[in-house]
Amino acid sequence: MALLSALRRVAWRRLLRRQPTLVIGLAVLLLILAGGVLAPVWWTGDPQQMRTAQRLQPPSAVRWFGSDHFGRDVYTRTLYGARVSLVVGAAVALVSLALGTMLGLVIGFYRRLDAVMMRVMDGLMAIPAILLALALMAMLRASVRNVIIALVIPEIPRVIRVVRASVLSLREHTMVEAARALGVGTPRILVLYILPALVAPLVVQATYVCASAILFEAYLSFLGAGTPPHIPSWGNIMAEGKTYVQLAFWIILFPGLFLALTVLAINLVGDGLRDLLKVRG
Amino acid sequence: MLAEVLRRLLATIPVMGVVALAVFALLHVTPGDPAVIIAGDYATTDDIARIRTRLGLDQPFHTQVAIWLGRVVRGDLGTSIFSGLPVSTLIGQRAATTIWLTLFAMLISVGVGVPIGVVAAWRKGSWLDRAVMVFAVSGFSMPTFWLGFILVYVFAITAGWLPVQGYTPLAGGVSSFLSHLILPALTLSVVYMALIARMTRASMLGVLDEDYIRTAFAKGLAPSGVLVRHALKNASLPIVTIIGIGFALLIGGAVVTESVFALPGLGRLTVDAIVRRDYPVIQGVLLVVSGVYVMINLIVDVLYVVLDPRIRY
Repeated sequence: MALLSALRRVAWRRLLRRQPTLVIGLAVLLLILAGGVLAPVWWTGDPQQMRTAQRLQPPSAVRWFGSDHFGRDVYTRTLYGARVSLVVGAAVALVSLALGTMLGLVIGFYRRLDAVMMRVMDGLMAIPAILLALALMAMLRASVRNVIIALVIPEIPRVIRVVRASVLSLREHTMVEAARALGVGTPRILVLYILPALVAPLVVQATYVCASAILFEAYLSFLGAGTPPHIPSWGNIMAEGKTYVQLAFWIILFPGLFLALTVLAINLVGDGLRDLLKVRG
Repeated sequence: MLAEVLRRLLATIPVMGVVALAVFALLHVTPGDPAVIIAGDYATTDDIARIRTRLGLDQPFHTQVAIWLGRVVRGDLGTSIFSGLPVSTLIGQRAATTIWLTLFAMLISVGVGVPIGVVAAWRKGSWLDRAVMVFAVSGFSMPTFWLGFILVYVFAITAGWLPVQGYTPLAGGVSSFLSHLILPALTLSVVYMALIARMTRASMLGVLDEDYIRTAFAKGLAPSGVLVRHALKNASLPIVTIIGIGFALLIGGAVVTESVFALPGLGRLTVDAIVRRDYPVIQGVLLVVSGVYVMINLIVDVLYVVLDPRIRY
């Protein structure tokens, strides 16, 4: 209820005028979220049901997005695919932010640790994220949980960098010096003085991590090293459709459109929040 | 200057050391025996034992690390479990395709991204600026492989102007080589182009407010000259930085693009190796690609000094 009343207090009209892209992004994101969460009620069927008589049917009044090579309904599968993408995006953003913030706070505050750890971070970030995630997936069994793990690991050093940069400048702040003079211990300073100032940049960072995680999940699944093939994720649907590009382009067109729209919406929300919260970078 | 370059070169050694250790550690991320995982579900105990000896997994952990680092330093990337060929040979066979692909993509992205960013900043708030910003945000959100399929559908399948997929080496004729490379390079360039356009616009906006720009316009210099010689030159540092950092994006995109267009490059080599759990190949590609990334960013650092004589390390 507190959340509801807080939402009501937001001046939507003013926000729409000043940040139209933020509001549009949020609206699209909510639509896709509703599509995924409530997938069973939007005139869908069973995403796995095969109808061999109706293979590779073009989009029509019955099969809105057409059917695939097993006669499965692409519209149904696309809506269910939103679930995997949104879960992976949200989980990767939350976990990598939580771990990255903890490590970044500690590394940024202890100078001796900082020099060594930043070289380690430089090294880890020199490995392209998608290749690192692919290599991790080769050692892990294909599952949604392991996709999340494989995508969190390359993100952590990037989150640490953002946190560390803020900590380094906040550490010299007068309020921190004052707290120190009053004898406040380091852990307490980190939690009470530094962490609150990090919320804005971290919220913005979270949107970008979420957007790239959703893209990377689709890349991994498309390359056959992501979500297990029996789960209809957007990457998996398109991976199966790639053999039929010439015959049934709709198998790739629609899931990809949803994927692009979702990532775009999240990036718009991120850009809007960045302007709204006045985060640099 | 030379001493500076040398110092920067030395500074890449610890970074590459971390890369080598991380790539080694990958084998041990799962709690179980890596040999069992690599051998797969249908392996016999003999297979597992063979892989264990082959990868040196029967040695104590610290010996394994020492052996691995020693080999990396000598440039020995091991042999492929699947084909039995040296990993360096496999990478050598595939590298040319990926180099051409990323080179063309980089040329297209810089060639288009920088000019549209400059124009957007110059005409800030106009419909042109808005169009560039819409492209920058949506281009950056575009799934690379999906864009590839759209281009294939429009230009190869429907229009029939270009081949759907495949690759001809340069030796097999320039026109065939180029026609097979246009769509993949275009596909790969869009994300990078969007990033560069956005950075160019932001950086130019910061410079265009300066007094010397107003002076240059006021004394009647041609706008193109002012934009390129006065503004772009001073706005170039962040653009060059993003070109260096964004290279990782290009490499990641190349893996997916090669898969869409069936190009025999490093990306395909990696994806095939992952399906076969051919770990020496995966490790080799990771090392080489990360090394290239570090080198490109070293070049960017050196370019800083050339572009801005005020910078001294």
